[in-house]
Amino acid sequence: MGWMAIRGWALLVYLFMFLPVAVVVLLSFNSSEFGAFPMAGFSFRWFVELANNEAILRAFRTSIILGSLTALISTTFGVLASLALIRYRVPGSNLISTLLIAPILVPEVVLAVALLLFLNFLSINKSFPLLLFGHVIFTLPFVILVVQARLVGIRRDIEEAAMSLGASPVQTFFQITLPLLLPAVLAGGLFAFTISFDDITGTLFWKPGGVETVPTQIFAMLRNSISPEINALGTVMIVLTVGLPLLGAAIARQLARKSGG
Amino acid sequence: MSVERREARQPWILLSPALGAVTLLLFVPLLFIIVYSFWLRTASGADQVGFYLDNWHEALTDRFYRDILLSTLKIAAITTVVCAIAGYPAAYFIARSRGNKAILLLLLMLPFWISYIIRTMSWINILGVSGAFNTILIALGIIDQPIQMLYNQTTVILGLVHFLLPFMILNVFVSLEGIDVTLEDAAHSLGATRWQSFLEVTLPLSLPGLAAGGLLCFVLAAGTYITPLVLGGPRDAMFANLVFEAIITQLNWPLGSALSLMLLVVLGAIVLIYNRYLGMAQLMKGLG
Repeated sequence: MGWMAIRGWALLVYLFMFLPVAVVVLLSFNSSEFGAFPMAGFSFRWFVELANNEAILRAFRTSIILGSLTALISTTFGVLASLALIRYRVPGSNLISTLLIAPILVPEVVLAVALLLFLNFLSINKSFPLLLFGHVIFTLPFVILVVQARLVGIRRDIEEAAMSLGASPVQTFFQITLPLLLPAVLAGGLFAFTISFDDITGTLFWKPGGVETVPTQIFAMLRNSISPEINALGTVMIVLTVGLPLLGAAIARQLARKSGG
Repeated sequence: MSVERREARQPWILLSPALGAVTLLLFVPLLFIIVYSFWLRTASGADQVGFYLDNWHEALTDRFYRDILLSTLKIAAITTVVCAIAGYPAAYFIARSRGNKAILLLLLMLPFWISYIIRTMSWINILGVSGAFNTILIALGIIDQPIQMLYNQTTVILGLVHFLLPFMILNVFVSLEGIDVTLEDAAHSLGATRWQSFLEVTLPLSLPGLAAGGLLCFVLAAGTYITPLVLGGPRDAMFANLVFEAIITQLNWPLGSALSLMLLVVLGAIVLIYNRYLGMAQLMKGLG
Protein backbone atom coordinates (compact mmCIF):
# COMPACT_ATOMS: atom_id res chain seq x y z
CA MET A 1 0.00 0.00 0.00
CA GLY A 2 2.85 2.37 0.97
CA TRP A 3 4.70 1.51 -2.21
CA MET A 4 1.61 2.30 -4.30
CA ALA A 5 1.41 5.75 -2.69
CA ILE A 6 5.09 6.40 -3.45
CA ARG A 7 4.61 5.24 -7.02
CA GLY A 8 1.58 7.51 -7.43
CA TRP A 9 3.49 10.45 -5.96
CA ALA A 10 6.43 9.87 -8.29
CA LEU A 11 4.05 9.73 -11.24
CA LEU A 12 2.58 13.09 -10.21
CA VAL A 13 6.08 14.57 -9.92
CA TYR A 14 6.96 13.38 -13.43
CA LEU A 15 3.67 14.81 -14.75
CA PHE A 16 4.40 18.12 -13.04
CA MET A 17 7.81 18.26 -14.71
CA PHE A 18 6.72 17.29 -18.21
CA LEU A 19 3.12 18.41 -18.68
CA PRO A 20 3.88 22.15 -19.12
CA VAL A 21 6.61 21.32 -21.63
CA ALA A 22 4.27 18.97 -23.49
CA VAL A 23 1.71 21.79 -23.69
CA VAL A 24 4.34 24.04 -25.32
CA VAL A 25 4.86 21.39 -28.01
CA LEU A 26 1.12 20.86 -28.42
CA LEU A 27 0.32 24.57 -28.78
CA SER A 28 3.12 25.11 -31.29
CA PHE A 29 0.99 23.12 -33.78
CA ASN A 30 -2.11 25.20 -33.03
CA SER A 31 -3.41 26.83 -36.21
CA SER A 32 -5.28 29.56 -34.29
CA GLU A 33 -4.17 33.18 -34.44
CA PHE A 34 -3.37 33.32 -30.70
CA GLY A 35 -0.82 31.25 -28.88
CA ALA A 36 -3.27 29.66 -26.51
CA PHE A 37 -6.19 27.32 -26.05
CA PRO A 38 -8.51 26.26 -27.52
CA MET A 39 -6.74 24.31 -30.23
CA ALA A 40 -8.25 25.37 -33.54
CA GLY A 41 -6.51 22.80 -35.70
CA PHE A 42 -3.21 21.27 -36.61
CA SER A 43 -0.75 23.31 -38.62
CA PHE A 44 2.92 23.97 -39.24
CA ARG A 45 2.35 27.67 -39.92
CA TRP A 46 4.23 28.89 -36.82
CA PHE A 47 7.29 26.89 -37.81
CA VAL A 48 7.13 28.48 -41.27
CA GLU A 49 6.87 31.94 -39.69
CA LEU A 50 9.80 31.03 -37.46
CA ALA A 51 11.93 30.07 -40.44
CA ASN A 52 11.15 33.45 -42.00
CA ASN A 53 11.85 35.49 -38.87
CA GLU A 54 15.22 37.13 -39.45
CA ALA A 55 15.68 38.12 -35.77
CA ILE A 56 15.23 34.53 -34.58
CA LEU A 57 17.56 33.12 -37.22
CA ARG A 58 20.17 35.68 -36.19
CA ALA A 59 19.72 34.69 -32.53
CA PHE A 60 20.24 31.03 -33.49
CA ARG A 61 23.43 31.87 -35.36
CA THR A 62 24.74 33.89 -32.40
CA SER A 63 23.91 31.13 -29.92
CA ILE A 64 25.51 28.41 -32.03
CA ILE A 65 28.72 30.37 -32.63
CA LEU A 66 28.91 31.41 -28.98
CA GLY A 67 28.19 27.88 -27.74
CA SER A 68 30.74 26.29 -30.07
CA LEU A 69 33.54 28.69 -29.15
CA THR A 70 32.67 28.34 -25.46
CA ALA A 71 32.76 24.55 -25.74
CA LEU A 72 36.08 24.64 -27.59
CA ILE A 73 37.84 26.88 -25.06
CA SER A 74 36.24 25.45 -21.90
CA THR A 75 36.91 21.88 -22.96
CA THR A 76 40.55 22.60 -23.84
CA PHE A 77 41.17 24.36 -20.51
CA GLY A 78 39.12 21.83 -18.59
CA VAL A 79 40.77 18.72 -20.06
CA LEU A 80 44.27 20.10 -19.44
CA ALA A 81 43.42 21.00 -15.83
CA SER A 82 41.74 17.63 -15.21
CA LEU A 83 44.77 15.78 -16.59
CA ALA A 84 47.00 17.70 -14.18
CA LEU A 85 44.75 16.98 -11.21
CA ILE A 86 44.20 13.29 -11.93
CA ARG A 87 47.57 12.29 -13.38
CA TYR A 88 50.04 14.19 -11.22
CA ARG A 89 50.53 14.61 -7.54
CA VAL A 90 50.07 18.36 -7.28
CA PRO A 91 50.68 20.01 -3.91
CA GLY A 92 47.47 21.64 -2.68
CA SER A 93 45.31 19.84 -5.23
CA ASN A 94 42.23 20.09 -2.98
CA LEU A 95 42.53 23.85 -2.86
CA ILE A 96 43.09 24.00 -6.62
CA SER A 97 39.98 21.90 -7.25
CA THR A 98 37.94 24.22 -5.06
CA LEU A 99 39.30 27.30 -6.85
CA LEU A 100 38.48 25.78 -10.24
CA ILE A 101 34.88 25.02 -9.32
CA ALA A 102 34.43 28.38 -7.55
CA PRO A 103 32.48 29.84 -10.49
CA ILE A 104 29.52 27.57 -9.65
CA LEU A 105 29.70 28.39 -5.96
CA VAL A 106 29.34 32.12 -6.65
CA PRO A 107 25.77 33.15 -7.57
CA GLU A 108 25.65 33.71 -11.31
CA VAL A 109 24.30 37.27 -10.93
CA VAL A 110 27.30 38.24 -8.83
CA LEU A 111 29.71 36.62 -11.29
CA ALA A 112 27.96 38.48 -14.11
CA VAL A 113 28.21 41.86 -12.38
CA ALA A 114 31.84 41.40 -11.34
CA LEU A 115 32.95 40.37 -14.82
CA LEU A 116 30.98 43.13 -16.56
CA LEU A 117 32.29 45.91 -14.32
CA PHE A 118 35.89 44.69 -14.25
CA LEU A 119 36.20 44.20 -18.00
CA ASN A 120 34.47 47.52 -18.55
CA PHE A 121 37.12 49.07 -16.28
CA LEU A 122 39.70 47.53 -18.64
CA SER A 123 37.82 49.20 -21.54
CA ILE A 124 36.28 45.96 -22.78
CA ASN A 125 32.67 47.00 -23.30
CA LYS A 126 29.60 44.82 -23.64
CA SER A 127 30.52 42.81 -26.69
CA PHE A 128 30.82 39.33 -28.13
CA PRO A 129 34.24 38.75 -26.47
CA LEU A 130 32.75 39.71 -23.09
CA LEU A 131 29.93 37.20 -23.67
CA LEU A 132 32.47 34.56 -24.62
CA PHE A 133 34.64 35.21 -21.53
CA GLY A 134 31.55 35.00 -19.36
CA HIS A 135 30.33 31.75 -20.88
CA VAL A 136 33.80 30.19 -20.62
CA ILE A 137 34.23 30.98 -16.94
CA PHE A 138 30.68 29.82 -16.17
CA THR A 139 30.95 26.50 -18.03
CA LEU A 140 34.54 25.62 -17.06
CA PRO A 141 33.71 24.07 -13.65
CA PHE A 142 31.05 21.79 -15.17
CA VAL A 143 33.50 20.60 -17.82
CA ILE A 144 36.15 19.91 -15.17
CA LEU A 145 33.69 17.92 -13.03
CA VAL A 146 32.48 15.82 -15.96
CA VAL A 147 35.93 15.22 -17.46
CA GLN A 148 37.51 14.35 -14.10
CA ALA A 149 34.80 11.80 -13.40
CA ARG A 150 35.52 10.09 -16.73
CA LEU A 151 39.28 10.40 -16.46
CA VAL A 152 39.51 8.46 -13.20
CA GLY A 153 38.36 5.37 -15.10
CA ILE A 154 41.20 5.42 -17.65
CA ARG A 155 44.03 3.13 -16.65
CA ARG A 156 47.49 4.60 -16.54
CA ASP A 157 49.32 1.34 -17.33
CA ILE A 158 48.25 1.37 -21.00
CA GLU A 159 50.20 4.60 -21.46
CA GLU A 160 53.14 3.19 -19.55
CA ALA A 161 53.09 0.14 -21.80
CA ALA A 162 53.20 2.35 -24.91
CA MET A 163 56.11 4.34 -23.49
CA SER A 164 58.04 1.23 -22.52
CA LEU A 165 57.59 -0.02 -26.09
CA GLY A 166 59.38 3.11 -27.29
CA ALA A 167 56.66 5.68 -27.94
CA SER A 168 57.57 9.28 -27.14
CA PRO A 169 55.36 11.18 -24.64
CA VAL A 170 53.83 13.17 -27.52
CA GLN A 171 53.13 10.00 -29.54
CA THR A 172 51.68 8.36 -26.45
CA PHE A 173 49.36 11.31 -25.87
CA PHE A 174 48.00 11.44 -29.41
CA GLN A 175 47.84 7.70 -30.07
CA ILE A 176 46.87 6.31 -26.68
CA THR A 177 45.68 8.96 -24.22
CA LEU A 178 43.62 11.13 -26.56
CA PRO A 179 41.57 8.28 -28.09
CA LEU A 180 40.86 6.97 -24.58
CA LEU A 181 40.02 10.50 -23.49
CA LEU A 182 37.73 11.21 -26.41
CA PRO A 183 34.43 10.27 -24.71
CA ALA A 184 35.33 12.56 -21.79
CA VAL A 185 36.27 15.38 -24.18
CA LEU A 186 33.03 15.01 -26.13
CA ALA A 187 30.92 14.81 -22.97
CA GLY A 188 32.59 17.93 -21.57
CA GLY A 189 32.20 19.82 -24.84
CA LEU A 190 28.54 18.86 -25.23
CA PHE A 191 27.86 19.89 -21.64
CA ALA A 192 29.58 23.26 -22.12
CA PHE A 193 27.68 23.88 -25.37
CA THR A 194 24.32 23.09 -23.78
CA ILE A 195 24.93 25.28 -20.74
CA SER A 196 26.09 28.15 -22.94
CA PHE A 197 23.18 27.68 -25.36
CA ASP A 198 20.71 27.81 -22.46
CA ASP A 199 22.25 30.63 -20.42
CA ILE A 200 20.23 33.77 -19.85
CA THR A 201 21.13 35.03 -16.35
CA GLY A 202 24.65 36.16 -17.23
CA THR A 203 23.95 36.74 -20.92
CA LEU A 204 21.45 39.57 -20.21
CA PHE A 205 24.23 41.41 -18.35
CA TRP A 206 26.95 40.83 -20.92
CA LYS A 207 25.23 41.07 -24.31
CA PRO A 208 25.58 44.32 -26.25
CA GLY A 209 22.38 46.05 -27.38
CA GLY A 210 20.98 44.55 -30.55
CA VAL A 211 22.69 41.17 -30.07
CA GLU A 212 20.37 38.40 -28.94
CA THR A 213 20.95 34.74 -28.17
CA VAL A 214 18.01 32.34 -28.45
CA PRO A 215 17.08 32.56 -24.73
CA THR A 216 17.31 36.37 -24.62
CA GLN A 217 15.29 36.52 -27.85
CA ILE A 218 12.56 34.38 -26.26
CA PHE A 219 12.73 36.59 -23.17
CA ALA A 220 12.35 39.74 -25.29
CA MET A 221 9.39 38.20 -27.16
CA LEU A 222 7.73 37.27 -23.84
CA ARG A 223 7.66 40.92 -22.85
CA ASN A 224 5.12 41.63 -25.58
CA SER A 225 2.79 38.68 -25.25
CA ILE A 226 3.04 34.97 -25.65
CA SER A 227 2.70 34.27 -29.36
CA PRO A 228 2.44 30.85 -30.99
CA GLU A 229 5.82 31.59 -32.49
CA ILE A 230 7.41 31.33 -29.04
CA ASN A 231 5.85 27.90 -28.57
CA ALA A 232 7.18 26.85 -31.98
CA LEU A 233 10.63 28.18 -31.05
CA GLY A 234 10.37 26.30 -27.76
CA THR A 235 9.55 23.09 -29.62
CA VAL A 236 12.57 23.54 -31.91
CA MET A 237 14.80 24.12 -28.87
CA ILE A 238 13.44 21.03 -27.12
CA VAL A 239 14.00 18.88 -30.20
CA LEU A 240 17.54 20.24 -30.58
CA THR A 241 18.67 20.05 -26.97
CA VAL A 242 16.91 16.80 -26.06
CA GLY A 243 16.74 14.97 -29.38
CA LEU A 244 20.32 15.45 -30.56
CA PRO A 245 22.08 14.17 -27.42
CA LEU A 246 19.70 11.20 -27.26
CA LEU A 247 20.32 10.46 -30.91
CA GLY A 248 24.08 10.84 -30.34
CA ALA A 249 23.97 8.42 -27.42
CA ALA A 250 21.92 5.93 -29.41
CA ILE A 251 24.35 6.06 -32.35
CA ALA A 252 27.32 5.70 -30.00
CA ARG A 253 25.73 2.65 -28.41
CA GLN A 254 24.98 1.17 -31.82
CA LEU A 255 28.59 1.70 -32.92
CA ALA A 256 29.93 0.25 -29.71
CA ARG A 257 27.75 -2.83 -30.14
CA LYS A 258 28.98 -3.33 -33.70
CA SER A 259 32.65 -2.90 -32.89
CA GLY A 260 32.23 -5.08 -29.84
CA GLY A 261 30.98 -7.87 -32.14
CA MET B 1 66.86 20.62 -16.72
CA SER B 2 66.54 17.45 -14.69
CA VAL B 3 63.69 15.04 -15.39
CA GLU B 4 62.24 15.54 -11.90
CA ARG B 5 62.09 19.29 -12.30
CA ARG B 6 60.32 18.88 -15.62
CA GLU B 7 57.91 16.37 -14.09
CA ALA B 8 57.17 18.82 -11.29
CA ARG B 9 56.50 21.67 -13.70
CA GLN B 10 54.25 19.79 -16.12
CA PRO B 11 51.05 19.83 -14.04
CA TRP B 12 51.36 23.56 -13.50
CA ILE B 13 51.67 24.13 -17.24
CA LEU B 14 48.51 22.05 -17.74
CA LEU B 15 46.70 23.92 -14.97
CA SER B 16 47.73 27.42 -15.97
CA PRO B 17 45.04 28.17 -18.60
CA ALA B 18 42.20 27.16 -16.27
CA LEU B 19 43.71 28.79 -13.18
CA GLY B 20 44.49 31.90 -15.22
CA ALA B 21 40.91 32.10 -16.46
CA VAL B 22 39.43 31.67 -12.98
CA THR B 23 41.82 34.28 -11.57
CA LEU B 24 41.33 36.91 -14.28
CA LEU B 25 37.63 36.34 -14.93
CA LEU B 26 36.39 35.63 -11.40
CA PHE B 27 38.71 36.40 -8.47
CA VAL B 28 40.19 39.69 -9.69
CA PRO B 29 36.74 40.93 -10.82
CA LEU B 30 35.33 40.05 -7.38
CA LEU B 31 38.13 41.99 -5.69
CA PHE B 32 37.49 44.81 -8.13
CA ILE B 33 33.81 45.17 -7.24
CA ILE B 34 34.75 45.29 -3.55
CA VAL B 35 36.83 48.39 -4.35
CA TYR B 36 34.20 49.68 -6.78
CA SER B 37 31.47 49.52 -4.11
CA PHE B 38 33.25 52.32 -2.23
CA TRP B 39 33.25 54.63 -5.24
CA LEU B 40 30.44 57.03 -5.99
CA ARG B 41 28.31 57.44 -9.09
CA THR B 42 27.86 61.17 -9.57
CA ALA B 43 24.88 62.84 -11.20
CA SER B 44 26.91 63.38 -14.36
CA GLY B 45 27.27 59.61 -14.69
CA ALA B 46 31.00 59.54 -14.01
CA ASP B 47 32.50 57.52 -11.15
CA GLN B 48 34.14 59.39 -8.34
CA VAL B 49 37.08 57.32 -7.16
CA GLY B 50 37.62 57.31 -3.43
CA PHE B 51 36.46 55.71 -0.22
CA TYR B 52 32.81 56.54 0.26
CA LEU B 53 30.49 54.57 2.49
CA ASP B 54 27.35 55.94 0.82
CA ASN B 55 26.50 52.81 -1.21
CA TRP B 56 26.97 50.52 1.76
CA HIS B 57 25.01 52.86 3.96
CA GLU B 58 22.13 52.81 1.49
CA ALA B 59 22.29 49.03 0.90
CA LEU B 60 22.44 48.15 4.59
CA THR B 61 20.05 50.66 6.15
CA ASP B 62 17.36 51.20 3.50
CA ARG B 63 14.30 49.20 4.58
CA PHE B 64 13.44 48.54 0.94
CA TYR B 65 16.59 46.46 0.37
CA ARG B 66 16.27 44.66 3.68
CA ASP B 67 12.64 43.71 3.06
CA ILE B 68 13.41 42.35 -0.39
CA LEU B 69 16.42 40.44 0.92
CA LEU B 70 14.24 38.83 3.59
CA SER B 71 11.45 38.00 1.15
CA THR B 72 14.05 36.53 -1.25
CA LEU B 73 15.35 34.25 1.50
CA LYS B 74 11.77 33.31 2.38
CA ILE B 75 10.94 32.42 -1.23
CA ALA B 76 14.14 30.37 -1.50
CA ALA B 77 13.35 28.56 1.76
CA ILE B 78 9.79 27.71 0.72
CA THR B 79 11.04 26.52 -2.68
CA THR B 80 13.63 24.29 -0.99
CA VAL B 81 11.10 22.74 1.40
CA VAL B 82 8.59 22.11 -1.40
CA CYS B 83 11.35 20.53 -3.52
CA ALA B 84 12.35 18.29 -0.61
CA ILE B 85 8.79 17.16 0.11
CA ALA B 86 7.94 16.60 -3.56
CA GLY B 87 11.33 15.23 -4.52
CA TYR B 88 12.18 12.76 -1.76
CA PRO B 89 9.44 10.18 -2.47
CA ALA B 90 10.15 10.44 -6.19
CA ALA B 91 13.87 9.83 -5.61
CA TYR B 92 13.01 6.93 -3.31
CA PHE B 93 10.78 5.45 -5.99
CA ILE B 94 13.54 5.64 -8.63
CA ALA B 95 16.18 4.22 -6.29
CA ARG B 96 14.05 1.27 -5.18
CA SER B 97 12.21 0.47 -8.40
CA ARG B 98 13.28 -2.83 -9.93
CA GLY B 99 12.60 -2.68 -13.64
CA ASN B 100 12.99 0.51 -15.57
CA LYS B 101 15.44 2.48 -13.45
CA ALA B 102 17.46 3.59 -16.48
CA ILE B 103 14.41 5.11 -18.16
CA LEU B 104 13.29 6.83 -14.96
CA LEU B 105 16.77 8.32 -14.54
CA LEU B 106 16.91 9.42 -18.16
CA LEU B 107 13.55 11.17 -17.76
CA LEU B 108 14.92 12.86 -14.64
CA MET B 109 17.92 14.14 -16.60
CA LEU B 110 15.80 15.44 -19.50
CA PRO B 111 14.69 18.68 -17.81
CA PHE B 112 18.37 19.64 -17.48
CA TRP B 113 18.52 19.62 -21.26
CA ILE B 114 15.34 21.65 -21.74
CA SER B 115 15.92 25.37 -21.71
CA TYR B 116 15.27 27.15 -18.41
CA ILE B 117 13.47 30.06 -20.11
CA ILE B 118 11.16 27.66 -21.97
CA ARG B 119 10.34 25.67 -18.86
CA THR B 120 9.62 28.93 -17.05
CA MET B 121 7.44 30.42 -19.77
CA SER B 122 5.59 27.11 -20.24
CA TRP B 123 3.54 27.98 -17.13
CA ILE B 124 1.99 30.91 -19.00
CA ASN B 125 0.37 28.31 -21.28
CA ILE B 126 -0.98 26.50 -18.23
CA LEU B 127 -2.04 29.30 -15.87
CA GLY B 128 -2.45 32.30 -18.17
CA VAL B 129 -5.78 33.96 -18.92
CA SER B 130 -6.19 31.84 -22.05
CA GLY B 131 -4.20 28.92 -20.63
CA ALA B 132 -5.12 25.30 -20.10
CA PHE B 133 -6.57 25.76 -16.59
CA ASN B 134 -8.89 28.59 -17.47
CA THR B 135 -10.01 26.81 -20.64
CA ILE B 136 -10.86 23.67 -18.68
CA LEU B 137 -12.65 25.57 -15.88
CA ILE B 138 -14.73 27.52 -18.40
CA ALA B 139 -15.55 24.38 -20.38
CA LEU B 140 -16.72 22.72 -17.18
CA GLY B 141 -18.88 25.72 -16.38
CA ILE B 142 -17.15 26.40 -13.05
CA ILE B 143 -16.28 29.98 -14.01
CA ASP B 144 -17.60 32.28 -16.79
CA GLN B 145 -14.69 34.71 -16.94
CA PRO B 146 -11.04 33.65 -17.04
CA ILE B 147 -9.13 34.31 -13.81
CA GLN B 148 -5.61 35.73 -13.81
CA MET B 149 -3.68 33.12 -11.83
CA LEU B 150 -0.23 34.33 -12.90
CA TYR B 151 2.09 37.09 -11.78
CA ASN B 152 2.16 36.62 -8.02
CA GLN B 153 4.55 35.17 -5.47
CA THR B 154 2.97 31.72 -5.64
CA THR B 155 3.63 31.42 -9.38
CA VAL B 156 7.24 32.57 -8.80
CA ILE B 157 7.68 29.73 -6.29
CA LEU B 158 5.92 27.31 -8.65
CA GLY B 159 8.34 28.25 -11.45
CA LEU B 160 11.34 27.87 -9.15
CA VAL B 161 10.17 24.46 -7.90
CA HIS B 162 9.67 23.34 -11.50
CA PHE B 163 13.21 24.48 -12.35
CA LEU B 164 14.97 23.11 -9.25
CA LEU B 165 13.14 19.86 -8.48
CA PRO B 166 15.44 17.71 -10.68
CA PHE B 167 18.49 18.96 -8.71
CA MET B 168 16.86 17.82 -5.47
CA ILE B 169 15.71 14.44 -6.81
CA LEU B 170 19.11 13.69 -8.32
CA ASN B 171 20.98 14.46 -5.09
CA VAL B 172 18.63 12.41 -2.93
CA PHE B 173 18.74 9.58 -5.47
CA VAL B 174 22.56 9.51 -5.40
CA SER B 175 22.60 9.17 -1.60
CA LEU B 176 19.79 6.56 -1.57
CA GLU B 177 21.69 4.50 -4.14
CA GLY B 178 24.67 4.43 -1.79
CA ILE B 179 22.67 2.83 1.02
CA ASP B 180 22.80 -0.95 1.33
CA VAL B 181 19.22 -2.17 0.80
CA THR B 182 19.81 -5.10 3.16
CA LEU B 183 20.11 -2.64 6.07
CA GLU B 184 16.41 -1.91 5.77
CA ASP B 185 15.64 -5.63 5.52
CA ALA B 186 17.77 -6.26 8.60
CA ALA B 187 15.84 -3.65 10.59
CA HIS B 188 12.63 -5.21 9.31
CA SER B 189 13.62 -8.71 10.36
CA LEU B 190 14.56 -7.41 13.80
CA GLY B 191 10.94 -6.38 14.28
CA ALA B 192 10.77 -2.83 12.93
CA THR B 193 7.84 -1.98 10.71
CA ARG B 194 8.62 -0.79 7.17
CA TRP B 195 7.87 2.77 8.23
CA GLN B 196 10.08 2.48 11.35
CA SER B 197 13.00 1.04 9.44
CA PHE B 198 12.67 3.86 6.92
CA LEU B 199 12.61 6.52 9.64
CA GLU B 200 15.41 4.99 11.71
CA VAL B 201 17.74 3.67 9.01
CA THR B 202 17.16 4.96 5.49
CA LEU B 203 16.16 8.55 6.18
CA PRO B 204 19.14 9.40 8.43
CA LEU B 205 21.55 7.79 5.96
CA SER B 206 20.12 9.82 3.08
CA LEU B 207 20.27 13.16 4.90
CA PRO B 208 23.58 14.21 3.26
CA GLY B 209 21.94 13.95 -0.18
CA LEU B 210 18.89 15.83 1.04
CA ALA B 211 21.15 18.56 2.44
CA ALA B 212 23.17 18.82 -0.79
CA GLY B 213 20.00 19.06 -2.86
CA GLY B 214 18.61 21.59 -0.42
CA LEU B 215 21.71 23.77 -0.63
CA LEU B 216 21.61 23.78 -4.42
CA CYS B 217 17.90 24.61 -4.50
CA PHE B 218 18.26 27.38 -1.94
CA VAL B 219 21.29 29.08 -3.47
CA LEU B 220 20.00 28.84 -7.05
CA ALA B 221 16.54 30.08 -6.04
CA ALA B 222 17.91 33.00 -4.01
CA GLY B 223 20.10 34.16 -6.91
CA THR B 224 17.47 34.23 -9.64
CA TYR B 225 15.93 37.24 -11.34
CA ILE B 226 14.50 35.70 -14.52
CA THR B 227 11.70 33.72 -12.86
CA PRO B 228 10.25 36.79 -11.06
CA LEU B 229 10.47 38.76 -14.31
CA VAL B 230 8.55 36.10 -16.25
CA LEU B 231 6.12 34.71 -13.66
CA GLY B 232 5.99 37.43 -10.99
CA GLY B 233 4.14 40.70 -10.75
CA PRO B 234 5.70 44.15 -10.30
CA ARG B 235 5.82 43.68 -6.53
CA ASP B 236 7.46 40.23 -6.63
CA ALA B 237 11.02 41.42 -7.28
CA MET B 238 13.74 39.33 -5.67
CA PHE B 239 17.14 40.58 -4.55
CA ALA B 240 18.86 39.73 -7.83
CA ASN B 241 16.26 41.89 -9.61
CA LEU B 242 17.53 44.86 -7.57
CA VAL B 243 21.06 44.10 -8.71
CA PHE B 244 19.87 43.91 -12.32
CA GLU B 245 17.96 47.20 -11.93
CA ALA B 246 20.94 49.01 -10.40
CA ILE B 247 23.42 47.75 -13.02
CA ILE B 248 21.42 47.63 -16.25
CA THR B 249 18.58 50.13 -15.78
CA GLN B 250 19.91 52.82 -13.43
CA LEU B 251 23.55 52.30 -14.42
CA ASN B 252 24.53 52.93 -10.80
CA TRP B 253 27.44 50.51 -10.87
CA PRO B 254 28.97 51.29 -7.46
CA LEU B 255 25.60 50.66 -5.76
CA GLY B 256 25.11 47.55 -7.90
CA SER B 257 28.53 46.32 -6.70
CA ALA B 258 27.53 46.77 -3.06
CA LEU B 259 24.22 44.94 -3.61
CA SER B 260 25.96 42.07 -5.46
CA LEU B 261 28.44 41.70 -2.62
CA MET B 262 25.61 41.64 -0.08
CA LEU B 263 24.01 38.74 -1.95
CA LEU B 264 27.39 37.00 -2.23
CA VAL B 265 28.06 37.34 1.52
CA VAL B 266 24.63 36.05 2.55
CA LEU B 267 24.66 33.06 0.18
CA GLY B 268 28.40 32.49 0.73
CA ALA B 269 27.77 32.23 4.48
CA ILE B 270 25.19 29.53 3.85
CA VAL B 271 27.59 27.60 1.61
CA LEU B 272 30.35 27.91 4.24
CA ILE B 273 28.10 26.65 7.04
CA TYR B 274 27.16 23.70 4.82
CA ASN B 275 30.82 23.06 4.01
CA ARG B 276 31.78 23.22 7.69
CA TYR B 277 29.35 20.46 8.66
CA LEU B 278 28.96 18.33 5.55
CA GLY B 279 31.86 19.09 3.23
CA MET B 280 31.80 19.61 -0.51
CA ALA B 281 32.23 15.96 -1.49
CA GLN B 282 28.52 15.14 -1.40
CA LEU B 283 27.71 18.16 -3.53
CA MET B 284 30.26 17.15 -6.16
CA LYS B 285 28.80 13.64 -6.25
CA GLY B 286 25.43 15.05 -7.19
CA LEU B 287 26.84 17.46 -9.78
CA GLY B 288 29.19 15.03 -11.49
